[in-house]
Amino acid sequence: MPPGVEEPVFAEPWQAQAFAMVVALHRRGAFTWTEWADALSAEVHGRGAAPDGHDYYEHWLHALEALLVAKNVSTGAEIDDLAAAWERAARATPHGQAIVLENDPQREGAIAT
Amino acid sequence: MSADHHHDNELDPFAARVRALETILTRKGLIDPAAIDAIVETYETKVGPRNGAQVVAKAWTDAAFADWLKRDATAAIASLGYTGRQGEHMQAVFNTPDTHNLVVCTLCSCYPWSVLGLPPVWYKAPPYRARAVIDPRGVLAEFGLELPARQGIRVWDSTAELRYLVVPLRPEGTEGLDEAGLAALVTRDSMIGTGLPRLPA
Repeated sequence: MPPGVEEPVFAEPWQAQAFAMVVALHRRGAFTWTEWADALSAEVHGRGAAPDGHDYYEHWLHALEALLVAKNVSTGAEIDDLAAAWERAARATPHGQAIVLENDPQREGAIAT
Repeated sequence: MSADHHHDNELDPFAARVRALETILTRKGLIDPAAIDAIVETYETKVGPRNGAQVVAKAWTDAAFADWLKRDATAAIASLGYTGRQGEHMQAVFNTPDTHNLVVCTLCSCYPWSVLGLPPVWYKAPPYRARAVIDPRGVLAEFGLELPARQGIRVWDSTAELRYLVVPLRPEGTEGLDEAGLAALVTRDSMIGTGLPRLPA
């Protein structure tokens, strides 16, 4: 356990975005903070979290997905399909350009809702 | 990351899932991407342990504020402009020569964001969460903090509704310092209980 070294708050940008989505959803009343703490607790206790804590925001993300599914905001399949679409879009985007979902070669199927 | 080894862009699976959620939530009108960016900026740059250090330094220099902080930490801290966004209540726990206070969240990682920013990695990691309650003196030793044997350790377990801020003892030899000078001595770890304030130069 290292003493108080000032490490960056987020290791990667997606962690910051996952964090901020929870704060934003709570602010608009999508769930209570107790519901969120319970969801996060279930993840960090249920999946054998790494002793060094490097996977904390992976648990955070899983907890957010689980809570959104439990609240009927989305489904696991919808998230899986859209995540795959984003990965395809990224690979189809020339290096150095911003990745946008419209670059997904299978776009028609991906955005059907 | 892996993108360095490819000519084309690559999203790692976690980044792709976050983008998927962002897309879904934006389409449903539940989040606004600009608001997400603003939240990230706030927590990366504006909210941090300097806020808590101001609270502690004021408590050290202003007996009436210290008394208010003891009775109603939520209101006393809010009076300095630091308010929680999760509706949580704050409790300030004051170290004394007899008692050292240590804060943990065994449930997950509840932490007083409004005064300390986001928690350090070790606070969120399983070893600290598990061992702070069972063997606080051993945990403090790993942080290089050896307390006098006569000083007991009280461990406070945070919840989603109630977060704790440790008010450490004011170091000796700081009589001549003003609030700003004192705040500079107050470290993040001293407000969690895994450290003590710096000594004056």
